[in-house]
Amino acid sequence: MGNIGILIDVQDGQVKETNYGVVTAAASGAGEKIALVVSDNAVDCKDALQKYGVTKVVHVTADTPVDSDPEAQGKAIAEAIKNFDITTLVGLSTAKGKDQMARAAAELDAPAILDVMALDINAKTVTKSHFSGKTYASIGLTGDVVVIGIRMNAVEAIEAGGDATAESFQASVGGAGRVTITEIKKVESKTVDLTEAKIIITGGRSLESADNFAILRECAEVVGAAVGASRAAVDSGYAPHAMQVGQTGKTVSPNLYIGCGISGALQHFAGMKTSKVIVGINIDKDAPIFSNCDYGVLGDLFEVVPALTKAFKEKLG
Amino acid sequence: MKVYVCIKHVPNTAAKITLEGSTAYDESVKFVVNPYDEFAVEEGLKLADGDEVILVCVGKETAVSTMRSALAMGASRGLLVTVGEQFISSGVAAQAIVKAIQADGEPGIVLCGKQSVDSEGMQTHYRIAKGLGLPVVSEVAAMAIADGKATIERELEGGSREVISVALPVVIGCTKGLNEPRYPKLPDILKAKKKEIKQIPLSDLGIDAAGKTAVTNLESAPERGAAKMITGDAQSMANELVDLLINEAKVL
Repeated sequence: MGNIGILIDVQDGQVKETNYGVVTAAASGAGEKIALVVSDNAVDCKDALQKYGVTKVVHVTADTPVDSDPEAQGKAIAEAIKNFDITTLVGLSTAKGKDQMARAAAELDAPAILDVMALDINAKTVTKSHFSGKTYASIGLTGDVVVIGIRMNAVEAIEAGGDATAESFQASVGGAGRVTITEIKKVESKTVDLTEAKIIITGGRSLESADNFAILRECAEVVGAAVGASRAAVDSGYAPHAMQVGQTGKTVSPNLYIGCGISGALQHFAGMKTSKVIVGINIDKDAPIFSNCDYGVLGDLFEVVPALTKAFKEKLG
Repeated sequence: MKVYVCIKHVPNTAAKITLEGSTAYDESVKFVVNPYDEFAVEEGLKLADGDEVILVCVGKETAVSTMRSALAMGASRGLLVTVGEQFISSGVAAQAIVKAIQADGEPGIVLCGKQSVDSEGMQTHYRIAKGLGLPVVSEVAAMAIADGKATIERELEGGSREVISVALPVVIGCTKGLNEPRYPKLPDILKAKKKEIKQIPLSDLGIDAAGKTAVTNLESAPERGAAKMITGDAQSMANELVDLLINEAKVL
């Protein structure tokens, strides 16, 4: 019986809270729960990870710098999997996490299912969206090593207590890879990132301009929400593609999703239907979103959203 | 540059998926080129510079219709590895694509969509790269090629991007923003009917269709049903909503 590896998503030398849900997902599995922290520099995260059930924290480096070398990251993870007798690797389905898991899985010819919504760590079965969230598929994985990527916020983190040991592991990856990250273009933004936000407020084409998104941002700021947009709003030039929720945009699972002037097309639902609670604000009583959401507010978003901002301030402030 | 573009035959994103039995669905809906693969086809047409753009697809024989759509965009010809199942594991699909490409020619670049919209695997291109011994970059939203090198922008969370340098040949997973896929014109659609699509049964490639992942059940995603409607003037609706979110839904 092997161990469970938990691939930690390190961003700018930090371990974000979204990782802890992945630890919880792994905690009920058999064997050691080994966190793999792939980074050139050590990351102080043992105290936080052991609280959720990690039993060993491994700082993974390679015989070449890894931070700017995605191929070295994939190979180092594959080497760590072999070295620590890991038979199931779980990780977070962020852009970086998906890339690392797909590289490691390809390296080991191991099966991988990414962006799962639920999993049974011992049975090696997962539940995953198919057809853009229209159906849920149950999938079984077989093999000496299996890789499972978990959608952000899909598993709620639960503290489990316990102590972890710490060690480091330098993988031999056979020199520098062929893919080099030369620069990271950061979008400096005060707003919360869509895929990890607990609350998301999105606007559709009926916002009528990029400037009008300001009313959503004001509301979002009060509750620490992220602001998103529908494809129609993005295609009209009111918001960048990075803000798009839906089929060809981001898939999100917040606790609360508030769609403002969103009609509720299938392709939009594809990106947000696993939200815990969905609110639709629309002036059209026949908008499709009202037939597939939790709360519907029938009104003009230009009046309702500022009123909502005020209500949030008064009732939560 | 000889370009290989991997495409998948998938139900139109607006199609209703009606399940039949535990893992099948009504396939009489309209099928299309996987939307992310359209970016790959468009990019391939731009990069080929007069050289061939060869489509590679793993699918049922019905995938010929989808390959015709991509041929109508301007691709030269197609290779279709035929399988009996709609859902095959990405490891098997990748092996089939690798063997089909290797038997056909030397790729200058291999372009794929970053994921399919039916099984949403997000990894076949990584396995293709491993099989071909090439580097791979996914979530590619911008790309420029000069002096045998690609400078790539890869999309991260929150709109940030990684700038990546990689030598050709390379396998690319394309995403939205890379380009605007063209709409075929009628003469191109007619021309596409005469283009070659070579069908290769999976078994002829010596590949076992059974992979290491298996879909054991499909079910329709639960619907929420009609909303609890809130009406009135703006401020009273807003107040009522916030109260419901705090006390009933307990999400604030």
